[in-house]
Formats: sequence, C-alpha cells, structure tokens
Amino acid sequence: MIRVVLPSHLRKLGGTGSEVHLEIEGQATVARVLDALEARYPSLSGTIRDHATRQRRPFLRFFACEEDISHQPLDSPLPEAIASGKEPLYVIAAIAGG
Amino acid sequence: MSKARVLVGTRKGAFILTADGKRKTWDVSGPFFNGWEIFHMKGSPADPNRIYASQTNSWFGQVIQRSSDGGKTWEAPGGGVGKSPQGWPTGESNRFVYDVSAETGKPLTTHQWYDGTQHPWEFKRVWHLEPSPTDPETVFAGVEDAALFRSTDGAHSWQELAGLRGHGTGPNWQPGAGGMCLHTIVLDPKDANRIYIAISAAGAFRSDDAGKTWKPINRGLHSQYLPDKNAEVGYCVHHIAMNPARPGHLFMQLHGGVLRTDDAGDLWTEVGAGLPSDFGFPIDVNSHEPQTIYVIPIDGDAGRIPPEGKLRVYRSRTGGGDWEPLTKGLPQQHCYVNVLRDAMAVDQLEPCGIYFGTTGGQVYGSADAGNTWEAIVRDLPSVLSVEAQTLP
Repeated sequence: MIRVVLPSHLRKLGGTGSEVHLEIEGQATVARVLDALEARYPSLSGTIRDHATRQRRPFLRFFACEEDISHQPLDSPLPEAIASGKEPLYVIAAIAGG
Repeated sequence: MSKARVLVGTRKGAFILTADGKRKTWDVSGPFFNGWEIFHMKGSPADPNRIYASQTNSWFGQVIQRSSDGGKTWEAPGGGVGKSPQGWPTGESNRFVYDVSAETGKPLTTHQWYDGTQHPWEFKRVWHLEPSPTDPETVFAGVEDAALFRSTDGAHSWQELAGLRGHGTGPNWQPGAGGMCLHTIVLDPKDANRIYIAISAAGAFRSDDAGKTWKPINRGLHSQYLPDKNAEVGYCVHHIAMNPARPGHLFMQLHGGVLRTDDAGDLWTEVGAGLPSDFGFPIDVNSHEPQTIYVIPIDGDAGRIPPEGKLRVYRSRTGGGDWEPLTKGLPQQHCYVNVLRDAMAVDQLEPCGIYFGTTGGQVYGSADAGNTWEAIVRDLPSVLSVEAQTLP
C-alpha cells in the first residue's frame, strides 16, 4: 500500500481524505502511483501531469523521504519506505506568492 | 414573475447572483471553487439549470465543472464514463487533446510565438464555454492555444473541431499578451451549421458546415501591428456579439475599433467614431432592440484604464454611432478598473438588464437598459466573466 499526500485543492477536487492509500502492482514508481490515483479519482486526471505529454505540471513537485524527486524519470523506482507505505509520497504545490 | 440569474467567474472562485424580475434586491451565493480561476460559466438556453464552468489555475490546469440544478451543486462530469482496464472510470471531462489523427484531425501545426518564431500548439485552458441553444448536452469550448472543442455528452468528453486549427493560416496566428485564446463563440440559433469564433490575435472566423471548415472573416479590420494592411489573419479581435433574433448582424470590439457587419462577417465597417476611446474589451446587444449596443471604452495605450478615471458604458441605439455615455450610478472619478471581454452580459427581461464585472471586483447591473446602474456586489475577487440567465 502506498500513501500519497495531495495539496488541499486536489483533496477537495477529488473528494479524497487527508491521505490517499493506493495498491500498486509491481515496482512502485511515480508513474504507477499517478495511474492508480487518476483511475480512482478521475477528476484529478490532468491536474498533476499533462493529459497529452504525461509530464509533471511545472508548478508541482514530488517529495519522497525528505528528498525532491521531481526531476527523476517518472518510471524510476520509489524508495522502499514509500513502496512499503512507511512514508508518504508528497505532491507539493508551489507557493502562491500573493 | 421571471427571475434573473447572473453567473460571475472571478480569479478566486465563482459567484451566483439571483433576483426577481424587478432586479432590485439580489441574493449572492458563493464562492464556489474557492481559490480557482473561473474563466467562464454559462447556462444552457435549452435547460437553464444546466450550467457549465471552466475551472483552472496555473498549478493544476483545467477542470470542467457542470451543474444540473442551477448552480447549487457541481460535479466534474468525467467520472463514470470511460473505464480503465481495471474497471475504474477515466477522467475524460478535463481532457482537451488536439486531434492529430489521420482520419479526423490535422497535424499539430505551429503558430507564431511572441518573438516571431514558430511554436507548437499547447493546450493551456478553456476561455469560453458556449452551450447549444437546443441541446443541454452539447457545449462548445474555446481554448488557449486557440482551438475549438465540442462535447455532445454533457462535457463528459471533448473532441476538437480540427478544421479551424488546420485552416492553413495558423503560422500567422499569434498570441496577445493574455495568450493565444479562442475567446468568443457565437452560435446562429436559426442555422445550426453556422458558427462564428474569434481568436486573439488571429481574428474572426466563420463556419457554414457545423465546424468542419472555416473561413477568416476579417475584411474591414485594421491593425497597426500588421505590416500587411490587407492581411487575412493576425487581428486582435476582443469580442463579438449578436442578437439571436437577428443572425448575420454582428458587432465587434477590436483592439482599437468598434465595428459591425450586416452580412455575417463578409465585410466589417467602423462604427466607433464619437467614443472617448475605440479600445475596450466587451461588447453586447440589447435583447429587445437589435440595433442597441453597449461598449465600455478603455484607454488602450495608457494602462488599460477608463479614460479620465470615469467608468462609462456607451450606448448606441443605431447599431454604432450616436454614442451616449451612461454614467448614472457608475463612479465618475478616480476609477481605474478594467472590464474584460467576457465580463458583460444582458438578460431577456423587459426592460433589458445589463451586467458587467470589473477587475476591481464590482458587479454592476442596470434593470433599465443602461439608463441607471447599481453595484450588486462591490468586493468580489477580480472578475473574469459575467453571464446572465432569465428564468421562468
């Protein structure tokens, strides 16, 4: 089970709780986490990665185990602590600045 | 007695204003979608309880919302339509992907970028939603980078009408400062095949075959930004309005110019003489008097503010020309707000109600065709769009 923490706007839009729990088959990667997230909460489709390019939206970052993994390929394996559910994967929105 | 409902999109959510037919006392509900930009909301003429909304922001992109109860509750309609291999629903309602298929689409062409180089089309947001006059499940979306999409299943899924983007003049289309947006969609209520659209900065286009093929309709327009004075495209059209009772007669607010056409856009004629500025964004037509039009002049070259700090709606009862300032109830000193292109609307009540919202967060209304004005609300977030509905 993988735990995902979303920005508040996306929690509200998707109607999720404070933390999303997802089951992933095979190697845990950001891409697979997003596939499962979008499948369960279709209104979140396109809000984290672009519909067409499948790339991360530029005002969002992925944090895992206190590291910014945003610039790693989306199919890179996630750390064991994320894959096992010990630590959550954070989707972080840029500060609004105003 | 009939009622009026005014749909207000702002930089920080949506608001719905309702009043009885007198339009003196207003109920304000919202914010809906707090914290999101609501570029546009519009109700279906065929079912006023069906309202579509474009919810967007720089962080999370585009979301389409719809209501089936007049704006009391909302849903992102994509859930439950497509099914993933695992059996989960797929979120098609937010998916605006340019059609590049060999069968129905066009290659992903390029348009001009700010620096004059060519740039591929990239979807950014929905600027305008135009529901069909006859079918609540059919709605058109004008998007940035400029293209036209249509849904025939209540915004569950969207298909591009790719003939517009692939028209052939795309390499000469260019973004204005706000982006290369398709911001105006006018549907002919008497001819379902006829559609008008406008793009900043490409110009106006018309389809006579329900969106399959398009022709530019920019003859008579001028632009100081184009070296070729007879250019077919490249014009920064700000808005187009038409009284549904008089299709083919349209009015345009251009980036410098107010124009009219009486032949469905084949030729446009300047009618802005006498205005304090021929620059502005919105333009609209009185519901009962197809020759009575309204504009809000803005100083185009000096900061996009009302000339002399006076917020004035100008009315022409002759389809352009003989302009009269309408000022009663509007601030006539120290006013420096702007009114954006989709932020003025008319209702169908008698006398015609007119509404507009400002970048300062005021929504003004007139229940007497513009003679007098009153602020319905004063302190909303910056207003992006205003639409009016008339309810039984």
